[in-house]
Amino acid sequence: MRAWICLAATLFCAGAAQAASTEADFKTALAAAEAAEQDAGALKNQWIPTEQALAAAKKAAAAGDFDAAVAQAKEAEALAKASIAQAKEEQSAWRAGVIR
Amino acid sequence: MRISRAIASVVVTMMIAALVVAGARPAAAADTIDPDADFKAFRAYFTKLFPNVPLNDFVNGPYSMDAELRKQWEAIDDFPPYDFAIDRGKQMFATAFKNGKTYGDCFPEKGIGIRQNYPYFDDKTGEVITLELELNRCREANGEEPYSYVKDEMASLTAYMAFTSRGKPFDIKIPNDPRALAAYQKGAEYFYARRGQLNFSCASCHVQNPGNHIRTEVLAPALGIVAAMPIYRSEWSGMGTMSRRLVTCNSQVRGVPLKPQDELYRDVEYYLSYMSNGLPVSGPGTRP
Repeated sequence: MRAWICLAATLFCAGAAQAASTEADFKTALAAAEAAEQDAGALKNQWIPTEQALAAAKKAAAAGDFDAAVAQAKEAEALAKASIAQAKEEQSAWRAGVIR
Repeated sequence: MRISRAIASVVVTMMIAALVVAGARPAAAADTIDPDADFKAFRAYFTKLFPNVPLNDFVNGPYSMDAELRKQWEAIDDFPPYDFAIDRGKQMFATAFKNGKTYGDCFPEKGIGIRQNYPYFDDKTGEVITLELELNRCREANGEEPYSYVKDEMASLTAYMAFTSRGKPFDIKIPNDPRALAAYQKGAEYFYARRGQLNFSCASCHVQNPGNHIRTEVLAPALGIVAAMPIYRSEWSGMGTMSRRLVTCNSQVRGVPLKPQDELYRDVEYYLSYMSNGLPVSGPGTRP
């Protein structure tokens, strides 16, 4: 019984520690997301949901909710990277759709 | 966890979009830039796809594809909603700038009956010049502030200029200049490249699915798609320019639009206008 309690306490503490993002975590996540979005911009292929996720991240950070802010920033980074992958793929793939 | 969910969501969205629009994909093109061959293939594709649509009727977009929609349009056209824009544009065109000059002083033929020649490639600046761009450059050269490219004054000016050119066949030239050919090719690439979270290209709707519905809309064929610009769009409750149409298309596939009159937007207008060569100017037009 004691072992179970210890295990539960350990898991709770681990979960709590994981959830408690800091402002520094947010700044790191935001910088990565913004860098990726800038790369997408250089390819002229940014996505609206990326911009929305970035805005939501900043709003959450301004409200002091760094867990949500980090999560939104990471989502923005993932979306930006997907848009970059799409742009790179289409640099050659567009030819497949051309009428001839 | 959230990243993998976001990636999974994006991948699924892209796969669904690809499956939806992959149906009638035309064959791959050669790497060489050959506008004349492209033009012939483009024309043949649409006329074969819609053998019952008279060639010049393609400029009427969705109305050439759907009989019921056409009846509504013909009824609306008894009192065209773009008339006020033509009147306003005519008045603006005749009104002198502060320096005494007018728009007519910036254009050949005083700007009357020339819509069919735009856009053109300017060999001095090495760029594609659209009617909208030339109008704002005219304003700036005469000490006036440029207008927004998407609606209002710009739509009125282009509506009037299109109206004076109605029925004239598009006559877009692509000079044998590597810069002009590159602009044309960039336009083609922009038209066929997929973008936005929905992973759609312009061609996904206007080449692969003209005549089909996307929600309540009947998709217009790419052939002649520029001819009715600018348009009064019920969805907009007002007039919109070619720039507005391109910006909206990008937004609809969840892509961040480029700035109006971005070089790529001008290039794609150049490409589509060349594909419309020989078809009559029908603008200003009306769309649902």
